[in-house]
Amino acid sequence: MKASTLIRLSLRSILRNRMRSLLTTLGIIIGVCSVIVMVAVGEGSQASIRDNISSMGTNLIMITPPRGQNAANRLVIEDVEKIRKEGAYVGAASGVVRSGSTVVGGIGNWPTTVYGVEPDYLRIKEWNTGAGDFFTERDVNTRVKKAVIGTTVAKQLFPDEDPVGKRFRIANTPFDIVGVLESKGSNAMGSDQDDIVMVPLSTAISRLRRSKYLQSIEISAVSEDRMDDAQAEVETILREAHRLGPDADNDFSVMNQAQIIEMASSIAKTLTMLLGAIAGVSLLVGGIGIMNIMLVSVTERTREIGIRLSVGARRRDILRQFLTESVVLSLSGGLIGILLAVGLSHLLEFVGLRAIISPFFILLSAGFAAAVGIFFGYYPAHKASAMNPIDALRAD
Amino acid sequence: MAVIELKGIKRHYAFGEVTVKALDGVDVSIERTEFVAIMGASGSGKSTLMNVIGCLDVPSSGTYILDGLDTSGATDDGLADIRNKKIGFVFQGFNLLQKTTALENVELPLLYDRAGGGRNVEKEARAALERVGLGERLHHIPNQLSGGQQQRVAIARALVTRPAIIIADEPTGNLDTEMSNEIMSLFKELNESGITIVMVTHEADIALWAGRKIVLRDGRVIREEHKTDAAAVRPLPADGGTA
Ligand SMILES: Nc1ncnc2c1ncn2[C@@H]1O[C@H](COP(=O)(O)OP(=O)(O)O)[C@@H](O)[C@H]1O
Ligand SMILES: [Mg+2]
Repeated sequence: MKASTLIRLSLRSILRNRMRSLLTTLGIIIGVCSVIVMVAVGEGSQASIRDNISSMGTNLIMITPPRGQNAANRLVIEDVEKIRKEGAYVGAASGVVRSGSTVVGGIGNWPTTVYGVEPDYLRIKEWNTGAGDFFTERDVNTRVKKAVIGTTVAKQLFPDEDPVGKRFRIANTPFDIVGVLESKGSNAMGSDQDDIVMVPLSTAISRLRRSKYLQSIEISAVSEDRMDDAQAEVETILREAHRLGPDADNDFSVMNQAQIIEMASSIAKTLTMLLGAIAGVSLLVGGIGIMNIMLVSVTERTREIGIRLSVGARRRDILRQFLTESVVLSLSGGLIGILLAVGLSHLLEFVGLRAIISPFFILLSAGFAAAVGIFFGYYPAHKASAMNPIDALRAD
Repeated sequence: MAVIELKGIKRHYAFGEVTVKALDGVDVSIERTEFVAIMGASGSGKSTLMNVIGCLDVPSSGTYILDGLDTSGATDDGLADIRNKKIGFVFQGFNLLQKTTALENVELPLLYDRAGGGRNVEKEARAALERVGLGERLHHIPNQLSGGQQQRVAIARALVTRPAIIIADEPTGNLDTEMSNEIMSLFKELNESGITIVMVTHEADIALWAGRKIVLRDGRVIREEHKTDAAAVRPLPADGGTA
């Protein structure tokens, strides 16, 4: 029997039982739809994380305290100086400390995050002041109480005047505002990057924190293809600074931007896989639904099978007929599921959730739906084809 | 030359210790263009014999030579092809596909004809339906047809692959006398055009349409009768009643 005839026949028998066919394919529809949407949302959040980290700076290398409970943080401001002095592939470097603090001044107070940084920090972040100036290396060395504020803080405390030259208090210490940062807007994760205050690192260490240890050192390599060199170099410099013997482990951890992205998105990736797998199970359940209905259909149509055998259908013809039917069922369920998923992802985007559907994944799920049809349709089809013509004709 | 040759055909069904001998050594030879009626009491093995002749069933032992070919070595596929090309089956209960038009029912065997690549399936099915006088009923589904018309669709389906033999198991069993006679005269016509017909019936006056009568009992042939009056086309009431 020709393939076109087979498909025509199977479409006809599917359409003869519209409601049943729809209910049968519902499992596949939901399965395919949820697999695609889950994975699309997962991909979307990974992309957001990637964008977010890329927006942290260029050619970024980040040094943080070692991971693990009993590993002490030994990163100090002198380490940054040594890196800046000796690092041939280091373009810029800055120590960073961070603390949440309520700043008071202008028309009131405002809870924000205060960063202790060095002037290089702006270069690393590719950031600039919009008004006034940034503090200098000299300011850092002399622990002056100068601050540069983000536009959100400026708006909250000084809505009607120029904040540059004004004085405000951070943790009861008065600071002079010397500049306002350019507005950066919110990052890919939706948090406001302009809600920030920057003060000289040394000032922050002595006035705002009671610890001389840095939370991180951020470095930007001279160029993208020098990332590895810079990373190796920084590692050597730090080991030397911390006087680590050849057998000692690093008492810090070095990560480049790619590794940071990798680490941050690995959680999202795992979650994507988990959600995809759960949705995949529902696809399998949909397949079992198809098998169930095909078995019922084979029993109901025993006489039809007998008639076909009596006019010369080979066993293979019967097998193909029922297999085609289940594949057409599952495949059309798959296609409906894909359409539904595309619509749903648009809806999610509209609501503000990023969802990325790759054409490859659409093809993959269509293929998977067809495979489910073949896999779960084979047993009923085989059962149909193995019937004895006389017994089949005698059925009612 | 015999188109159907059965030698020592047995068909036994074993149920533990009990063996039902549906056919128990049947020797029958049927010539080309013969019209044979198979008779016998219920349970005498008529249907079993028809199924064997129609290649729907295989005998437990014995040889069946169809059109000069021994069928005992045939595979499932080989038997399917024989059913498709050499034999047309007509059943008591018509066995048409429901919710399917007459035309599509008749097309069915052609769809399974592997050799018929370039043939015009619809045209041939239409011609077969016209031949049985249903040219006006092509797109009716079985529910919309009378019993006699349904049986004629079934005959058209049996004819459409131009088989050498038509096998009919009580083709008039579900029909009233008038429709039965219509079907029998159609058979007569087909037989005269050269098709061998083997038909089961338990009605004596239906059997009179055939040229030969084979009577079964308990799976064996107990009597054969040739119609002596070859000129008799219509059964005479006086001839009826013998079984
Ligand atoms: N599939 C089967 N299994 C067991 N016994 C069967 C089967 N088919 C037929 N028989 C038995 O074989 C005998 C002949 O049956 P059948 O050929 O249908 O008779 P008829 O058509 O002459 O009434 C009966 O006794 C019947 O019970
Ligand atoms: Mg019978």
